[in-house]
Amino acid sequence: MLSFHSSNIISKTKTISRRMFLLSTIKAVVLVGIFGRLAALQINDSTKYRSLSDKNRFRETKIAPPRGIIEDYFGNEIASNNKIYQLHIVPDNTPDVDALFVRLKTIINLSNKKLFLLKKQISRKKSWDTTVISDNLTWSEFSRINLFLHELQGAQPIVSVARYYHDNTSAHAIGYVSEISPRDLRTKKYLQNLNIEGVAIGKTGLESTLDEEMLGSPGYLRYEVNAYGKKVKQVATEAGLKGKTFRTTLDRSVQKVSAEALQNVSGAVCVMDIYNGDIISMVSSPNFNPNSFVHGVDKKEWKTLTENINKPMLNKAVSGLYPPGSTIKILTALSALENDIINPKVLIQCKGYIDLHGERFHCWKKKGHGVLNMKGAIKRSCDVYFYEVARRLGIDRLAETAKKFGLGQKVLTNYKEEKSGTVPNTKWKLSQIGKNWYIGETLHSGIGQGYFLSTPIQLCLMTAQIANGGFKIKPRMLDDNNNKVNNLQEYLDYKKENPNDTGGEKARLDFNLEPLFRNQENINFVKDAMFAASNEPGGTSYVSRHNDKKFKFAGKTGSSQIKRFTSEQREAETKQNEITYLERDHAWFVAFAPVEDPKYAISVLVEHGGSGSSAAAPVAKKIIKKVIERHETRTTQANQQIGQDT
Amino acid sequence: MIYTRSSIYSPFSIRDKFFHLDYTLLFSILLLGIISIFAQFSSSGGEFDYFSKSHALRFCVFFIFFLAISFVNIRIWNDYSLLIFIFLIFLLIIVKFFGVQSQGSRRWINLFIFNLQPSELMKIGIILFLSNYYHKISSSDVNKFRYLIYPVIALLAPFMLVLTQPDLGTAILILVSGIVITWLGGVRWKIFAYLSGLLIILAPVGISFLKPYQKNRILTFLDPDADPLGAGYQIIQSKIAIGSGGLFGKGFLNGSQAYLNFLPEKHTDFIFTLYSEEFGFLGSAFMVFLYFLITSRIILIGNITRSIFAKLYCYGFATAFFIYVAVNMSMVLGLLPIVGAPLPILSYGGSSMLAMMFGLGIVMSCNVYKNNALG
Repeated sequence: MLSFHSSNIISKTKTISRRMFLLSTIKAVVLVGIFGRLAALQINDSTKYRSLSDKNRFRETKIAPPRGIIEDYFGNEIASNNKIYQLHIVPDNTPDVDALFVRLKTIINLSNKKLFLLKKQISRKKSWDTTVISDNLTWSEFSRINLFLHELQGAQPIVSVARYYHDNTSAHAIGYVSEISPRDLRTKKYLQNLNIEGVAIGKTGLESTLDEEMLGSPGYLRYEVNAYGKKVKQVATEAGLKGKTFRTTLDRSVQKVSAEALQNVSGAVCVMDIYNGDIISMVSSPNFNPNSFVHGVDKKEWKTLTENINKPMLNKAVSGLYPPGSTIKILTALSALENDIINPKVLIQCKGYIDLHGERFHCWKKKGHGVLNMKGAIKRSCDVYFYEVARRLGIDRLAETAKKFGLGQKVLTNYKEEKSGTVPNTKWKLSQIGKNWYIGETLHSGIGQGYFLSTPIQLCLMTAQIANGGFKIKPRMLDDNNNKVNNLQEYLDYKKENPNDTGGEKARLDFNLEPLFRNQENINFVKDAMFAASNEPGGTSYVSRHNDKKFKFAGKTGSSQIKRFTSEQREAETKQNEITYLERDHAWFVAFAPVEDPKYAISVLVEHGGSGSSAAAPVAKKIIKKVIERHETRTTQANQQIGQDT
Repeated sequence: MIYTRSSIYSPFSIRDKFFHLDYTLLFSILLLGIISIFAQFSSSGGEFDYFSKSHALRFCVFFIFFLAISFVNIRIWNDYSLLIFIFLIFLLIIVKFFGVQSQGSRRWINLFIFNLQPSELMKIGIILFLSNYYHKISSSDVNKFRYLIYPVIALLAPFMLVLTQPDLGTAILILVSGIVITWLGGVRWKIFAYLSGLLIILAPVGISFLKPYQKNRILTFLDPDADPLGAGYQIIQSKIAIGSGGLFGKGFLNGSQAYLNFLPEKHTDFIFTLYSEEFGFLGSAFMVFLYFLITSRIILIGNITRSIFAKLYCYGFATAFFIYVAVNMSMVLGLLPIVGAPLPILSYGGSSMLAMMFGLGIVMSCNVYKNNALG
């Protein structure tokens, strides 16, 4: 029994031990497997999993950077950033969103429609996401919210920054900012990183062209989230980089005067420094309030703006196209003199009309101007004289001069909305209209009608380039660190010491200037004629002259016809204010001042103003006074800047 | 003190019993327990909350319980194994009718102080019973049909009872540890081969009985990336946590995956993931080594005990213990489907800890009474 028992135990033990050995082997294999897997995950692939873990952990929100400021020449802010008061809510933090809204309605202005939209917006988002209830609260609303904050669980009053425009006068020159549209996101690559709630982008004007540089780079708010996406703690904040600040060449006080001068009319004003091309003023009327767009313009306001026949949204200074009218006579005369077509002493009789090639061409003065020389014709703006000049000159030579002085091309680089206008010639007509040029069209072109189209800024440039003695300048809107634009001032100083030097060659070679003339005497002749037009009795703008020597200017009026007069109207001597507004002539006035030592050029356009002398010249008179009054301050500022730079 | 080999109830003094404890095993368990308290502390986000507190308390209580079991004569366990087994079957039946239901399964008995999970205890019960069974019967009878019926019933009864709770993980672990004992006990290869064949034939039928979520788990295991936010989420997040731990780990209480709730079940099944994320490969390797040391020590005890019961029990328990560890680790490492198997001692869970400490206590008792042949 005992032996059986022990043999039984021995055989059992044997089997058990043998099998256990086998199990231990399997166990060893499994252990190696687990070790291998651990090593693979934690050593080989640890970088991969570490980044996956961080992706789990961290979320980033971008913070809108403050937008760059736009200043005028004197450092006054035109477009700045203002503190704004907002209200955000996080549904997770409030026990009852609906009750919160009911309470909020008693505190701030919240329409039922807006409430409906907000609720829809909240239902689309995660419950821990922030929803903006109001992005621009008044101070009283904001303070009331803070007062009742203990009852408004989940509501967060936020102080943020948004664009603020100090006045409406520069609305067109500066442009406006507004919310990013889906189309902006598609077309503007630089926005990819900036699609943040609260970022507004430039839509027109400088705001649009300088958008990328003014936006700055966004800040980051890095926080840890748990598996449900809820914020656990803030890990890091990186403040955004403020956008670049730009100093324009504009003068806010002149802008104000320009806007006031155009207050009740539709039109535009450009004022330019004739030596360095600085745009002192650029105003379009009527204007709009750019602040309305910052938080999204409301439908009603947008509708009134777009339906206004005077097109408040259009920057007429650069995008308004008008026939230059009689202002072109300066160029017609200059072109004829430069091309030796006509002697300025040649006398032509004006009977009020001229019959050429079987067609009758009328002068604006029905009774005619009598016998005139060229200076007299410019002074009194005789059409008949210039019909004859144009006839002898031909359209192609006139077009060449017009283009040389800046017509038919964009003047500034800062406006996407700028138009280049039209300077017609025979080739242009053939390619654009597909017809041959008629001689009659030359005559119309000679007095700035017909196919000619120009913008106020172009005519301002034209005037400036005549006023400075006929040298090409590059107009600019931005003062890029007082970089020297040209040597025009140095050349003028040199000329004062060497009054006998008349050659444009010297200016071109030694001073690196680009003379636009063949003989500077011709430029001087035109300037002289413009002086006469403004300061001699019988001149078209004599009524609007300044008697103070300091403010005296020389200018040329113009009216561009919208609709030709019928013979009946002509017979009846219909006055402009007797016909319908939209059919009235556009009124032009271009001038430079002061006459003794010209410094600034101005162009004024008054849409449907009737005649240049009655509608445009008085506007220019007011602005010129202000511009010249500001001259000293401006020079001091410029010298200071140069002093700072060196 | 002098005692004879044949003495049945050796008159050991407490001092002698302490002398006969296996201190390598004891300290390994103690170390594991201390690590487990830290892991649970971290799992609670660095706080002594309900989970970490009760885990620490349980470990202390059950460690004393473990020592107490160690000092109980091995004969007692041999003699009462059948009774314990029947008692546990009885408890499983009670669970079936009066159990506490939670998350769609009925696994617990409400004992007012805590909820007892009899299926966890059954892991030990089946080993005890089968060790005793193969200890009793003659080696020549092992493969006789008559002697195969009891083990088959003893295997299938708890398996079916646990499976229908439903708790696939525990059911499989009970079945596997039972099968290991029958195999160690000497049942022929051929019989296992037949059974495996039968299982393969019946597998499709068995799969049709699986709950949809169980089928899903298997599918998810095969391709966890197919539905990363759904069923595959646990495996992916667990792998991210372990992998991101790297060589040295993120540091104690710095496991972001666990802390930020990306890890599911971090107190229980995924406690190793949390530990691994915080202590890295070195920490994990040490943990694997510690479990290896414990199982090796148990096998060593099995080698030196004289009785077949003790040998079978130690080997069986060592294997089962190893399987629990291997299954849990493979699961969190993405090598096996998520079946819901806790990691011994480290995982939160009273019944699991109770079962493990009870099992280890009997192993220790085997060591203290290693010379008792239970003739």
